[in-house]
Amino acid sequence: MIAEIGLAALWLAAALAALQLIAGSLSLTGKAESLTGTVRPVAIVQGALALLAFAALIALFARTDLSVKLVAMNSHSAKPLIFKIAAAWGNHEGSMLLWVTVMGLAGAFVAQFERRLPEKTMLATLAGQAFVSLGFYAFLLISSNPFERLNPPAGEGNGLNPLLQDIGLAFHPPTLYLGYVGLSVAFSFAIGALLTRQVGPAFAKAMRPWVLGAWIFLTLGITAGSYWAYYELGWGGWWFWDPVENASLMPWLAATALLHSVSVLASRDALRIWTVMLGVVAFSMSMVGTFLVRSGILTSVHAFAVDPERGSFILVLLAIYIGGALTLFGLRAATVSEGKQFALVSREGALVFNNVMLTAILGIVLFGTLYPLVTEVFDTKVSVGPPYFNPVGAVFFVPMVLILMVGPLLRWRKDSFARIAKVLILPVILMLGAVAVVLGIAEYRGIDGALPFVGIVLAAGLAIASLLPLRERNLLRTPLTTWGMVLAHLGVAVALFGMAVESAYKVEKLVAARVGETTSVGPWKVELRGIEPVPGPNWTAIEADLLASYKGGATSAVKPQSRSFWTPPQMTTESALLTRWNGQLYAVIGDEAQDGRWQLRLWWKPFVTLIWFGGIMIALGGLLSLIGRVAADIRRGVARGRIADRHESRAQ
Amino acid sequence: MSTQGEGRQKISPMAVWLPLFLFGVFFALVIYGLASPASRDVESAMIGKPLPEFALRPAIADRPGLSSSDLSIGEPRLLNIFASWCIPCAIEAPQLETLNAQGIEVVGIAIRDRPDDVAAFLARNGNPFSRIGADDVSAVQLGIGSSGVPETFVIDGNGIILYQHIGVIRREDLPLIMDKLAEAAR
Amino acid sequence: MAAIKPKHQRLVLALIALAAILAAGALATWALRNQASYFYVPSEIVANPPDLDRAVRLGGMVEMGSIEMEADGVTIRFVVGDGTARVPVRFKGLAPSLFVEGSGVVAEGKLAKDGTFIADNLLARHDENYVPRELQDMTEHQKDAVISETVGAK
Repeated sequence: MIAEIGLAALWLAAALAALQLIAGSLSLTGKAESLTGTVRPVAIVQGALALLAFAALIALFARTDLSVKLVAMNSHSAKPLIFKIAAAWGNHEGSMLLWVTVMGLAGAFVAQFERRLPEKTMLATLAGQAFVSLGFYAFLLISSNPFERLNPPAGEGNGLNPLLQDIGLAFHPPTLYLGYVGLSVAFSFAIGALLTRQVGPAFAKAMRPWVLGAWIFLTLGITAGSYWAYYELGWGGWWFWDPVENASLMPWLAATALLHSVSVLASRDALRIWTVMLGVVAFSMSMVGTFLVRSGILTSVHAFAVDPERGSFILVLLAIYIGGALTLFGLRAATVSEGKQFALVSREGALVFNNVMLTAILGIVLFGTLYPLVTEVFDTKVSVGPPYFNPVGAVFFVPMVLILMVGPLLRWRKDSFARIAKVLILPVILMLGAVAVVLGIAEYRGIDGALPFVGIVLAAGLAIASLLPLRERNLLRTPLTTWGMVLAHLGVAVALFGMAVESAYKVEKLVAARVGETTSVGPWKVELRGIEPVPGPNWTAIEADLLASYKGGATSAVKPQSRSFWTPPQMTTESALLTRWNGQLYAVIGDEAQDGRWQLRLWWKPFVTLIWFGGIMIALGGLLSLIGRVAADIRRGVARGRIADRHESRAQ
Repeated sequence: MSTQGEGRQKISPMAVWLPLFLFGVFFALVIYGLASPASRDVESAMIGKPLPEFALRPAIADRPGLSSSDLSIGEPRLLNIFASWCIPCAIEAPQLETLNAQGIEVVGIAIRDRPDDVAAFLARNGNPFSRIGADDVSAVQLGIGSSGVPETFVIDGNGIILYQHIGVIRREDLPLIMDKLAEAAR
Repeated sequence: MAAIKPKHQRLVLALIALAAILAAGALATWALRNQASYFYVPSEIVANPPDLDRAVRLGGMVEMGSIEMEADGVTIRFVVGDGTARVPVRFKGLAPSLFVEGSGVVAEGKLAKDGTFIADNLLARHDENYVPRELQDMTEHQKDAVISETVGAK
């Protein structure tokens, strides 16, 4: 029964999306003014129905209703409840339903609360949003119905990929999806503004919270994904430039650029066309990413159930939305009127520079990710990895960070470097100091080896420079948005420092150790005390009992495991981490060597945790800005309401 | 790239179409990528070839086992590769029942399975099989060019493989299977 | 800077943008030529070996009975074959749990002077549905063997 309710809600929601599209576009062309009033309520009900459908799916998974095919294929009655629920979106159909649900809710939210834009632009935006949703509804209902019944019901579920049975990963895909959906709202706003040629500060202000929100989720998603890959794969790396990772990085790069250009548009009414285009590009990148991951067109180290047929469906949607949007862009961009002027040396100038650099990095990542496809046209198989991405990305990343130190200090419209030169002395001194330190302790190791040291120097400079906008300000009266910017930029410095130090100074040790043997890695002494079998709820493991001590200090236990799951049968490596303020000890157990020794892989990774702390700081900075913006919007809305009230009472 | 037009009344007409052009290149590339590798479709190399020699013990108590000699007795057979631990196999069970009800003799090979599990599976989903062999190491499965479960083969009266169906037999696949069986009977 | 008119400053900005993007494209193309790692099967690597310092990937089947562990307990040697040629491989590290004899593997690394392939990393199947894309183009029988290994395992 629950499944049928869910399916009915999904069909109704799809029908309402169609109505929203038709009513929106008809009233836009002036053919049916009477329909104008229906668009907003329809959007709200559509969101509610989608939520109902999603709730039905969660209920089915929570009860492990094995008469539903999706549940039988992806869950198991023996699984802990939290993973049963997470299994609801840990598969293709469920994740698509989650996508349309969030999209529907976002549309409902816009319809309910967004009152700043001209009504025509709003109608175009909501129609655009309905158009995008409709494709995903069609996708769900035609090719991937999550509520399909199984007759007769299965006796037991098929389990869930044990690699995915992990609390971090249970919430990782939805986080990225929230980001993607936020970008879809930004996309709809861009389409709405293009259709009505109303590209201005009002449009930018309406779009900005969605871009910010999406960007926060993308940042968190990438940070969490990186940490997951770090401890779950057991390879000790935190970024592999794998297609799946790049697929999440590309929308983030575009969203970062969009976030900054939309700020320029909101406060200075410049960069109109550029912002609209980034709005389209950012959402394109989320769809391209989803396509690359789901179609299996590229090889990835991350486990993903791929399905070329579904990939093709996403590709069709991609062609319709992105091809359509870019065609509209081509037709309309030339007729959007000019924005405000600004000088080369100005806050706008710096932001444009960073936008260009981000776009270049985006292009490099996209090109590198797709390059294996390009060569396949010529019948050559290649893979592209860090030797390409790191140095080529750095060519644009380094100047970007340098300008990032200066940009926030510049004034809008027109400024000169001479004015801020005095302030910049501090970061320059710090960077020179860092150069001296780095040269003092390390020998030259070629271009690749040099990159981490460049990173350390830049991080030192940026850390100080990012705080400079707060100088000579009353910290209590500094707007939340400024705090957000400072925190996010400081987060970049912190993450960069973590990446650079880890790359430059990590120590690795690979040994086959006998029980009772002690080995050392960096400042650590690690003793193998025993190897024991450990039973789990749906796995058995071999566990190494390690005793680690830092520079001869107190000892702590570290217990890496090698787990065997049985539904479905699979082996995974559970690395064990020992975290100190200045880094992590990372331990992995391998196979048994013939003579009773066990393979151990140990790393000392100084300051590695700063990578993810930095990521969280960046997201937190975004959150502060978002709160600041929304609070200001509400205050302004209340004030406007009061003025309107006063007008009314005067009129009476 | 449209920054170069930013702020001027006239934006270069070429520049605004550039994003669409780049998207077109991307699109063409992935279409080619999706379409070109012929290896995406697992074409069986075994079609038109005779079955290899094998003899499998019974997978459950109340059905005999299966050997290659059972499949070259002058009548076509439908050979289904399944396993009790395979969920899609349960999905195709009604279709096998349908075929069996139309008088087609269906024989099975259970892959890496236990007798109790197979019996429970058949009790739950119906048993259309006249013979079931147990292939504990996938040796026969590999030998006949099968790469997973479920898969279904149409074998003619001389033990020649005529058709390989990869994946679940859906209701809409039935006419094709019937055709192939009719072809095998000729 | 003050002497330049705003309009010219914008032109400078546009030129910088254009230059950056052209540079990005050129740099990416050049770097990809040099840094992309090519995929070889054993018969190709024997017939037409890559430069010694060039990172490449070698894909094939791990020959039955070929895996040996060296005395240090962490270095393994094995032979990768594709039915026509055989390449000895040395790998120091933890082999992935799905790395077994008779199944497919992709090794990342470099070819040494003596014809041994020194692998930095081994990729085996990651879950029951994953087959390295490169393996898809191997001969049908080998591919089937790889897939069946994974799907059939209980």
